[in-house]
Amino acid sequence: MSQAPETTTEGRETHLAAAEGAVLRADDLIAGYLPGVNILNGADLYCQPGELVGIIGPNGAGKSTLLKALFGLVRIRSGSVMLNGEAITNERADTLVQKGIGFVPQTENVFPSLTIQENLEMGAFQRPKGFKKRFEFVGDLFPALVDRRHQRAGSLSGGERQMVAMGRALMMEPSVLLLDEPSAGLSPVMQDEVFVQTRTINRAGVSVIMVEQNARRCLQICDRGYVLDQGRNAYTATGRELANDPKVIQLYLGTLAK
Amino acid sequence: MDWGSVFSQALQSGLGPTAVVYALAAIGLNVNFGYTGLLNFGEAGFMAIGGYFMAAFITTWGLPFWLAIAAGLFFTVILALLLGIPTLRLRADYLAIVTIAASEIIRFTLGSVTLLDWFGGQDGLIHFATPFANANPFHATIDLGIVSWRPYDFWVLFLGWIVVAVGCVFVWLLMRSPWGRVMKGIREDEDAVRSLGKNVYLFKMQSLIIGGLFGAVAGFFVALQHQNMNPTWVATDTTFFAYTVLLLGGAARVLGPVVGSIIFWFLIQFLDVMFGQMTSGSDPIMPTWLMDTDQASLMRLIIMGLALMLLMIYRPQGIFGDRKELAIDAR
Amino acid sequence: MPAETTSPASGRTALADVPHEPGAPKPDPIVVADNVVRRFGGLTAVDVAHVEIQRGAITALIGPNGAGKTTFFNLLTGFDKPQSGEWSFNGRPLANVPAYRVARMGMIRTFQLTKVLAKLSLIENMRLGATEQRGERFLGGLLGVWRGQEAEITEKADALLERFLLAKLRDDFAGTLSGGQRKLLEMARALMADPELVMLDEPMAGVNPALKQSLLGHVKSLRDEGRSVLFVEHDMDMVRDISDWVIVMAQGQVVAEGPPDSVMSDQRVIDAYLGSHHDQDLSEDVVEAIHEAAAEEVDATAADADPEQTTHGEQS
Repeated sequence: MSQAPETTTEGRETHLAAAEGAVLRADDLIAGYLPGVNILNGADLYCQPGELVGIIGPNGAGKSTLLKALFGLVRIRSGSVMLNGEAITNERADTLVQKGIGFVPQTENVFPSLTIQENLEMGAFQRPKGFKKRFEFVGDLFPALVDRRHQRAGSLSGGERQMVAMGRALMMEPSVLLLDEPSAGLSPVMQDEVFVQTRTINRAGVSVIMVEQNARRCLQICDRGYVLDQGRNAYTATGRELANDPKVIQLYLGTLAK
Repeated sequence: MDWGSVFSQALQSGLGPTAVVYALAAIGLNVNFGYTGLLNFGEAGFMAIGGYFMAAFITTWGLPFWLAIAAGLFFTVILALLLGIPTLRLRADYLAIVTIAASEIIRFTLGSVTLLDWFGGQDGLIHFATPFANANPFHATIDLGIVSWRPYDFWVLFLGWIVVAVGCVFVWLLMRSPWGRVMKGIREDEDAVRSLGKNVYLFKMQSLIIGGLFGAVAGFFVALQHQNMNPTWVATDTTFFAYTVLLLGGAARVLGPVVGSIIFWFLIQFLDVMFGQMTSGSDPIMPTWLMDTDQASLMRLIIMGLALMLLMIYRPQGIFGDRKELAIDAR
Repeated sequence: MPAETTSPASGRTALADVPHEPGAPKPDPIVVADNVVRRFGGLTAVDVAHVEIQRGAITALIGPNGAGKTTFFNLLTGFDKPQSGEWSFNGRPLANVPAYRVARMGMIRTFQLTKVLAKLSLIENMRLGATEQRGERFLGGLLGVWRGQEAEITEKADALLERFLLAKLRDDFAGTLSGGQRKLLEMARALMADPELVMLDEPMAGVNPALKQSLLGHVKSLRDEGRSVLFVEHDMDMVRDISDWVIVMAQGQVVAEGPPDSVMSDQRVIDAYLGSHHDQDLSEDVVEAIHEAAAEEVDATAADADPEQTTHGEQS
């Protein structure tokens, strides 16, 4: 893990040039939780409309922190975040939801004592009139949610909860969806379903940025990927390029998966 | 305004016997709550057992001084066991409820008419301090310029601060040792500590006993300070003031309770004397529509309360605490 | 306290003749459990008729979420009480033995939702893991007789932190660690006690793949040192790579046992847990196939519920 990350001005400029017109874009973010300790050390990222972007990398690299910074859950100390050209750095999460960013946290992402339908209603909290239409949209993506909409979310299995969480984030018609390790803790068959669901959501027109530890699967479905290391970008390329890059494999993917 | 007098009276209070008593009580709470995470809300109860049993064993049952002290400590351990055995296997809140209830029960029982012959009812016990007073080597007023104390008070505070110092060393030695580490671990996550082979229940009991013993010693000093042991010294607000003192100085820090106590009692007295002077005389400095003499004595509590609220907002870690540690809770 | 050092291959070769059946007896079991039942109200979380864990081998415990794996861990290690059942460690019965004593006997477990001690530094977390510390007794602590032992413990702790790539964070508060780093710390801490049986609950969840691989070597070396390992995991590559034996749980029961290859080609296991495409890349075709399969299942459940109606029209 001693590879120096790509921070050449040249590399940065090429990256920034391709970021024109991005739906969500972050420039040179520095952020952290504790005073004086930075987790992000100048991370850049962009997501074009309709793209599926993956973020992988070693533990402690700042992947979740980056996602939370985009969503206003972690204070950004320097750098900027733009949504469709509008600066949204350090805006509160509830305003960002209204502006079209959806966020699915890794843990505790459903209300267990509420039914599936109530969870989705919570998702549409800021726009209750649009509930019916969005419920149809989400129902088309995840028919199982419609069938069991009166079941308590707490009684669902891990993969099913993940579906509810994603559905709930979709209720506000986000233009970009942020997913924090959606496959975490799930059995292999459920992980595959979650990745497929993510692909389906993306196909329906929602841009997606996902942080993942299951790097292999993530790179198989994403259009572009970022490898985050020590709080900044180490590599960025298309999903397939990263998955086949020997350096990336050795440092971040491991050779176990054939 | 005689600022010199205000300052010196405040200093007298901050370094005096009351500050000693609360420093000891807060050290006990520090062991329980600051280091182990036990919600002991009944420190006043431990003080009551300590003070009352010491006093009663001397006056009512005629025991010599040191045996009475030993008895006070012994019954404190019994109390800790009685409180701990049923609750320490349960969630933290149960200990909180049980300790509040216990300290109130103890206070009412000891101050009751039924036990008047043993514990002196609402007037409490007197005359037990004679052997202690007779041992006083100081016979003249101790005058250090800015502060002065009567010989008896100085005797109490002199011994008191020595005991506090010993207590601090004791806590310091314990908390830097592996034993202390287990306690801090229990504060963070009991199950994790269990999974590493430590008998959590036993450790919590030890912590409760030690915290209680510090309370008992505080009880000894409050009784000796006033040469009278009665229920008012161990009312509900006693425990809460002790917690205030602890949080002011910084929980889980060896000197937190001590510095917290000194500063707390300094400030309370400062405000009291200051407002008293401002509202006294025929032409008081403070306009009477703003504050009069009757109100002055209450102002100190109002202002202290306000100051504590501001402290919790702007410096919740207290004087010695580390902001970073508190930030971890939010992570 | 590791068992007598068994040679690396012996744990595995001993399993060669064991039948591939749930509840199969093992030649030298370190843990044996019988009729362990745990109910939560109306729900039966665990109902294990008979299971044996082979000494000196690495056993994987896999199964869908909600299968009862963590509950079973909790029952075995004394963190939960079953309604009924007997189980033993090295022949000693464990029913009603409190969790801390189970740990002292040599059975150390980690937690699915990590339990690092947030306001203690990493090195202090690690030191806490060591057993039989003189300084943990009240008098021992007070009188300071623990210095020498503490130095040894610290050395061991630093070596482990180094191994798990956490050495640089040695003096930081454990509460500042990321999720994956906490998993690493918990595993390292568990090893401080020199356990005879290491029980890891999703030890690699959230751990980066490249680091996972290097840690697998470490887990294998635990076995080579003579320890036994039982772990719960969802990463099938990992399971295939290091486990000598696999136990599959579903709905509280042990439904299959065997070496990794045989278990992972068991159709029931594939249907309930692995998915038919777990070995394939998620190409467009595979994604389509999975999507359709999911839609079919929804229709099937709906049809079962109400045979008159289907929620979606005909499939293509």
